[in-house]
Amino acid sequence: MKPGLFQYVRADDVEKAVSLLQEFGDEAQLLAGGQSLVPAMALRMALPDVLIDISSIAEMRSITLTDDVLRIGAGCRYVDVLRSEDVARAAPMLVQAIPFIAHEAIRNRGTIGGSLAHADPASELPACMLALDAAIVLQSASGARTIAAEDFFLGTYSTALDEGEMIIAVEIPAIAVNQHHRFLEISRRSGDYAISGGAFVLEMDAGIITAARLAFFAVGDCAVLAGSEALLGKPLNAETIDQVAQRVGEEITFYGDLYNGIGAKRQITKTLTRRLLAQFPGMEL
Amino acid sequence: MDPLIPVSYTINGKSVQQQVSVRTTLTDMLRHQMGLTATHAGCEQGSCGACTVVVDGLMVRSCLIFAIQLDGARIETSEGFADDQLMDELRRNFADRNALQCGFCTGGMLVAAHDLLSRTPHPERAEIREKISGNFCRCTGYEAIVDAISKTAQALPLEDSGK
Amino acid sequence: MSTTSGKAQRHSQFVGQDKPRRNAIRHAHGRGRFVDDIAFGNLAHLAFLRSPYAHAEILEIDTEAARALPGVVDVFTGPDLVDICTPWVGKLDHFSGLRTPEQYPLAMERARWNGEPVVAVVAESRAIAEDALDLIMVEWAELPAIIGIDNSRSTNGPILHPQYDSNVAFVMNLTAGDAKAAFRDAAYIVEDTLELGRQTGLTLEPRSIVADFDPSLRKLTAYHSTQTPYQMQDVFVRHFNLSEENVRVISPDVGGSFGMKLHVYGEEMAAVAASIRLGRPVKFIADRMESFLSDIHLREHKVHARMALNSGGEILAMEVDDATGIGPFSVYPRTSAMEGNQALRLMGAPYKMPHYDGTLTVLFQNKAPTCQYRAVGHPIGVTVTEHLVDLAAKAVGLNPFEIRRRNIVTQDMYPHTTATGYILERLSHEECLAKLEALMDYPKLIAEQKEMRERGIYRGIGIAAFIEITNPGPAFYGIGGARISSQDGCVIKLEPSGKIRVSVSVTEQGQGTETIMAQVAATYLGVDLDHVDVVTGDTERTPYGGATWASRGAGIGGATVMKAALAMKENILEIAGVILQGEADDFDLVDGQIVDRSNQQVRMSLAEIGRIAYFRPDTLPQDYHPQLSVSRHFVPQGTPFDFTNGVQASYLEVDVETGIVKLLNHWVVEDCGIILNQQLVDEQIRGGVVHGLGGVLFEECLYSENGQMMSATMADYLAPLASEMPDIQIDHVCTPTEMTPLGAKGVGEAGTAAAGAVVLNAVNDALRPLGGTLRTTPLTPERILKALGKI
Repeated sequence: MKPGLFQYVRADDVEKAVSLLQEFGDEAQLLAGGQSLVPAMALRMALPDVLIDISSIAEMRSITLTDDVLRIGAGCRYVDVLRSEDVARAAPMLVQAIPFIAHEAIRNRGTIGGSLAHADPASELPACMLALDAAIVLQSASGARTIAAEDFFLGTYSTALDEGEMIIAVEIPAIAVNQHHRFLEISRRSGDYAISGGAFVLEMDAGIITAARLAFFAVGDCAVLAGSEALLGKPLNAETIDQVAQRVGEEITFYGDLYNGIGAKRQITKTLTRRLLAQFPGMEL
Repeated sequence: MDPLIPVSYTINGKSVQQQVSVRTTLTDMLRHQMGLTATHAGCEQGSCGACTVVVDGLMVRSCLIFAIQLDGARIETSEGFADDQLMDELRRNFADRNALQCGFCTGGMLVAAHDLLSRTPHPERAEIREKISGNFCRCTGYEAIVDAISKTAQALPLEDSGK
Repeated sequence: MSTTSGKAQRHSQFVGQDKPRRNAIRHAHGRGRFVDDIAFGNLAHLAFLRSPYAHAEILEIDTEAARALPGVVDVFTGPDLVDICTPWVGKLDHFSGLRTPEQYPLAMERARWNGEPVVAVVAESRAIAEDALDLIMVEWAELPAIIGIDNSRSTNGPILHPQYDSNVAFVMNLTAGDAKAAFRDAAYIVEDTLELGRQTGLTLEPRSIVADFDPSLRKLTAYHSTQTPYQMQDVFVRHFNLSEENVRVISPDVGGSFGMKLHVYGEEMAAVAASIRLGRPVKFIADRMESFLSDIHLREHKVHARMALNSGGEILAMEVDDATGIGPFSVYPRTSAMEGNQALRLMGAPYKMPHYDGTLTVLFQNKAPTCQYRAVGHPIGVTVTEHLVDLAAKAVGLNPFEIRRRNIVTQDMYPHTTATGYILERLSHEECLAKLEALMDYPKLIAEQKEMRERGIYRGIGIAAFIEITNPGPAFYGIGGARISSQDGCVIKLEPSGKIRVSVSVTEQGQGTETIMAQVAATYLGVDLDHVDVVTGDTERTPYGGATWASRGAGIGGATVMKAALAMKENILEIAGVILQGEADDFDLVDGQIVDRSNQQVRMSLAEIGRIAYFRPDTLPQDYHPQLSVSRHFVPQGTPFDFTNGVQASYLEVDVETGIVKLLNHWVVEDCGIILNQQLVDEQIRGGVVHGLGGVLFEECLYSENGQMMSATMADYLAPLASEMPDIQIDHVCTPTEMTPLGAKGVGEAGTAAAGAVVLNAVNDALRPLGGTLRTTPLTPERILKALGKI
């Protein structure tokens, strides 16, 4: 199980990286943390002619919190995000979610940008970005653009990245006073891909839900929002939770995985929805 | 034949120069170029944990990194950890408690155990089980490993990180 | 300590029980030496093009571009090897009627499973060999694939081997008494159909070999990760037409085996062939994908079984119809009929049950071959039996302990022959069951379970009794015509320093064989454990023997070492007698010192004996020749096996909304006779239990309808991790066997034998108030949710 031969080039800044991307076109792949790409290369499912190593681009390794926007450089590793006080303050969702991602040795190497660009439907991070209403900052040789997470994930391993573009950061609105983040996934073994996972953001005012973003992963062809409207204007109680779980089961187009058919996915996702909503304040009382 | 490119590292405290192919993983460089065979290749896909080493202070899977990426890095393998009391204790307790049978997972398991106790000196049993869950052992059923790590932790001073 | 009577001192006198294994110290310091850790000069690397289809004709293979790639040394196909390597057939005489075609290192005209090796490439590096694979063009004609057991059994479906009239490889009927009458007269009949999922071994060290052929002498040295170096020596000799003295098989550290590394695989044979073609060392290390596709698989069984009981809850009879899929070939040299054979014979084996009617049907399919693996057949026999016993308990209205108490073979019945023909010397079911009930505090668990159910938490308790097959004798393979030795040999040498070197034919794969052999030698010689070194795993440096499999290492290997140690001690005392001008009987060897037998006064050290015997024999009488090495061989005689017994229990919680099972506790009470080293015995049990837990909860070789293996990575094939496994409480009963002089039986299968059965029973116990029964393993969330009617 050895990768095919490739040409290796290292980019030390974003400008170099995008110019290399432009130069090599679709012959090239970006190597960030390599935690998904290298196994695929070992299996020769990925056979890039050129590997552009962006893991040492310093400008993509910063985390900043300014004007209620948390900006995480795409080159930040999970471990960087997990240890960041700014992240803990502005996006507690990520602190809850990251321990579920694979195992520690993987989290020490895998990057935010790598995970988002890979767009594995079972991956935690795309769902977090949907729930957090994040924007993804893309750069190419011809300029930068920002795209909402909702418009970025198109399907299994498929994103809105154009040829020559790379993710350089994500921008997440900082958590508001009335906002709450909760994350949960259900899997058979620790660190496994989830059977079903959820990243939920609720906004409440005097016990009534005023905004909701319920994102799910490992259930369909990509991370997806579902059931959110069913919460609006309602108190968080057992009745609401039942209605929302029902809606989630109806709204999502479930895909089976190796061990779980659509029926199991739906049942477990409904359970996950109930359990996750029950964790929000208000239900704790 | 693959072209070779010069790289240098600090491996187990010593400066090392190597010529590597771009597609040589850190695992294969350590094993077949350096002869550091305590790092094992159990899956070459980042699943089994037998190739776990420390790069620049962070525990990683050496099979998921190309050796060429690490020019200038500090690498510690299971053979390393010289004058490290915590690793000495872990080794002793692993042997005493028979926390290994065939020994194939042991190099990676010890690195994982060391990483855990360096940062969480007094973990609960469930926490130990969780933290070593990235490392497969097919022989022991894990209980002896948990015992050995737990015993090492009990001997650690309450506020010391173990180094 | 007496000098000659082994039995007098066999209880609890094994020295050094609390000392760590030397091998453990070595591995903990990163000093293991596995095949792939050894450096060779001029080494070439082997990789295989494998069949992408489950079943296909090979029309044409174009290797020209691969050969032309710089760094490629050799490319060959199946037909290229017919002059080097003769084919093999996985048949044994005592499985009369078993049929299976000849097998070659690489597929010949047809590929018969997804992953079967078809073309071999040898190159200067493994990476280049894999580059070359990408350049090979094969023209295939896909054929219909036979995948499921029912698919294979169907009388109007495709036939895998065109020379046969069906996909049946072997059928066996086993009857005792009059099962029909028993069912006719029964007060209760329970029945069910269980399906056990196909698993694989997943040793962490994959299959590995470096074959190094020296054409000048036609001498082959194979560094091979195998449990059975002598068997492989014999296989290489016969199939490559070499002289036995010119074939050396070395097994360095072996990174897990569990039975998977007993068998003959085409890839290893191709590695030897490549080395013979090239006259240079050739390495094959299976990568993880290759391991999943081509290591033996195990335990794909579909069993319909019935149990008849009288009104008192006594088991009268079982009827069993076991169908198993073995892939396209019966695996050489042990056959793929053995697993089903043992499953069929282990049905009902802990119980008095007088009547039996069992049928085994062994079927060909287009999947990887299956064969013996840890606890061969046990999980099937125990799972089916104990599931029916629980169904019967419910029907009769007895609790699970009570129904088992009423039926287990009791102390007054030994020796006892089971309805399936196994001869049991003496077991301890009653004592084990009683100990388990106390150990797990059954009444407390029942109360807790009841209280939890009221809160909507569904916990289950499962128990299972089992017997375990260990210490196989010559009646096992010998009578079938397999060249698999049931005897073992040991050479003990006194070193000039007074230290002891033991060289023995049983092998080490982590169980602690070398430590156990050192303990036995130290005990029966009377020397310190640290003064004994043990050599294993090299056909040139050790006597010929059966090696380690089927829990024979400690029992048979230990007896061999014991005999050699006693003989060595006799020689040492004779030398002492000559030097000290007394009789051998006047002296004893204690803690490495020659002492006066009468008063234990130290007379001289073993080192002094060594010095005089080796360097100053001029001081000894002229016609005296000290015998400083001895060899002894031992073969277990009488019944084919030494059986052990035990009972296990599981306590677990089922999340009835997600189908996820959380293991809370696991207990084992086990009787392996004399315990030579409690820590090693307990760790064999724990490791074995977790193999069983993996099988019942997680592990499954999944195939698509057209025969693609779907779970061929460690992310998809779910083996147990530390996070989901429980601590395992163990207790022992000790019933020594009289069949070997040490009184020790085996213990490697015990954990695996019943761990799956107790989890299945516990899950079904947990679900009882909700209805729904699980019958298919592994117990995936989906299967549990289906049983609950949630989906």
